[in-house]
Amino acid sequence: MNWKTFLALLGRDAHVARRNLIPLLLQTFLQPMMFVFIFGRVMVSSGYMPVAYKSLLLPGIMAISMVFTGVWAVAMPLIGEFQFTREIEDRLLAPIQISWLAIEKVIFGAIQALFAGLVVIPAAWLLLRPGVDLNLRSPLTFACVTVLVALFSACGGLALGCSIDQNHIGLMFSMVLTPMIFFGCTYYPWSALAHFPILQKIVLVNPLVYASEGLRGTLVPQFPHIPVIAVLVALTFFDLLFLATGLAQFRRKAVS
Amino acid sequence: MLAGIRTIDLRKVFTSPPPLASGGGGFAPTFGRGKTKKQSKPEIVALDGLSLQILPGEIFGLLGPNGAGKSTTVGILTTRVRPTSGQAWIGEHDVWMEQVVVKRLIGVVQQRPNLDFALTAREILLFHGAYFGIDAQQRSQRADALLDRFQLRDRADQLVRGFSGGMMQRLSIARAMMHDPQVLFLDEPSAGLDPQTKLLLWEIIREYNQSGKTVLITTHNMEEADALCQRLAIIDHGRNIALGTPHELKAAVPGGFLLRLRFGHLSPDLLQRLQKLPGVTEVRATDDNSADVYADRGGSLVAEVASLAALANAELCDVHISEPSLENLFLHHTGRSLRE
Repeated sequence: MNWKTFLALLGRDAHVARRNLIPLLLQTFLQPMMFVFIFGRVMVSSGYMPVAYKSLLLPGIMAISMVFTGVWAVAMPLIGEFQFTREIEDRLLAPIQISWLAIEKVIFGAIQALFAGLVVIPAAWLLLRPGVDLNLRSPLTFACVTVLVALFSACGGLALGCSIDQNHIGLMFSMVLTPMIFFGCTYYPWSALAHFPILQKIVLVNPLVYASEGLRGTLVPQFPHIPVIAVLVALTFFDLLFLATGLAQFRRKAVS
Repeated sequence: MLAGIRTIDLRKVFTSPPPLASGGGGFAPTFGRGKTKKQSKPEIVALDGLSLQILPGEIFGLLGPNGAGKSTTVGILTTRVRPTSGQAWIGEHDVWMEQVVVKRLIGVVQQRPNLDFALTAREILLFHGAYFGIDAQQRSQRADALLDRFQLRDRADQLVRGFSGGMMQRLSIARAMMHDPQVLFLDEPSAGLDPQTKLLLWEIIREYNQSGKTVLITTHNMEEADALCQRLAIIDHGRNIALGTPHELKAAVPGGFLLRLRFGHLSPDLLQRLQKLPGVTEVRATDDNSADVYADRGGSLVAEVASLAALANAELCDVHISEPSLENLFLHHTGRSLRE
């Protein structure tokens, strides 16, 4: 492992992200904040939603922002750079094993996802207050869940980014990310699916369920949620699964 | 440390089309033998047992038409293509087994510019230097020197997305030289360059080589091979068909001159008579009406060919004379032009 090269690769990605900071911020926060405003503020103030929904919604929005940011940060550059122009070649020829380039992408994506998730909390709190009732009982567990969610989103981005080509980006959003978000217990707790027992079992294959429920269990534990230990196990499993798949796909794409 | 290049019996069979710019560019599919099942993937044999030995400090050329296997060879030697069988070394290092060490020794310019579009020209050089662990001050000095040398200083701080093809190619070469590699690979380096830039590039390559570095160039341009390379391998269908200095290779063409003749009608008798003309070393019929004549003279033979044709009632319709060249050598070995 060559740290100088690894840090230079991270430095390059940070440099490019800094150059695109404004569009990046808009892309990350505009949609979740509008959602928070409409569902958490407009719907609650007008009486269509109970006040408690504000607290229930926040972890879900945080999970969506993190997953969306992590997937986007890793998958989109990879899809572009592996296309016809092969912009990634220079970095594939850097003196480091090519898998480390994929890992660098994952770490950079996870950092962005963490940032997105941690900014959502104060931003949403400002938009929603009063009435948001956060109960952070175990900061360490919360940190573990957040890091695992960030890694799952970045590893998912790696696996997706190396599996689809530019023509199918639209499909990635409509067929993968959108169903994931709607069936990811982001806008409702998992227990709310009790009336749909089959669906409640099926959604357990969706890793976003564990992200939303894990953040709910550590930020607003007063609401029903999947046990945090189950969340930690499931997220670790999905992290490893997506990382292994992503690395295999990356190597397949990188070397003819 | 001087480093040469060696390959033994390299073979590469693609089962899916290789990415165009990743070292498998410009393919003429040669389908593998013995595959009859419909459901089996088509096999493209890009390299078919290529063995080469390139000496340290040499400018070596791989000459061949599109699809000959040149880019695949470069791809394998630069860790970007996995060989199906055979071995390749840079210096003493096995390319596939010691990829990281090998990557430190090589600089690569691929057939299509693959610059990092998110960066400016200077940033591309600086980050490339950083990947190779060069310290900041040295990085900056080298980047400035290369930007000057490749006449890119005035556009150094612009994003490369708007660069012309020639500028991108120059920057790709500057980038490959940024970490001062022992072995420089240039895959069709002058494709798309104007004559003036081509000369600048040749001068830079010679200069680089004079400092003891090994340079491997692929080209289908004979002028370039002739002007630049100390030794050449001519490859076709993934095989090495001739090896030597440009001078030796040209001398190997029977007679040196090639006359490509087309008649109204070509009879076996006329072919025999052509063979007997003084100075003619070889005659080959290429189709019903055409013949290639290898000889030690060119223009002076035309009058004699024309009279023979008149005698045989076979009107001479077209004559093309080529002086001793690598193109003729390629034609002699393969029956095809390099440009085909």
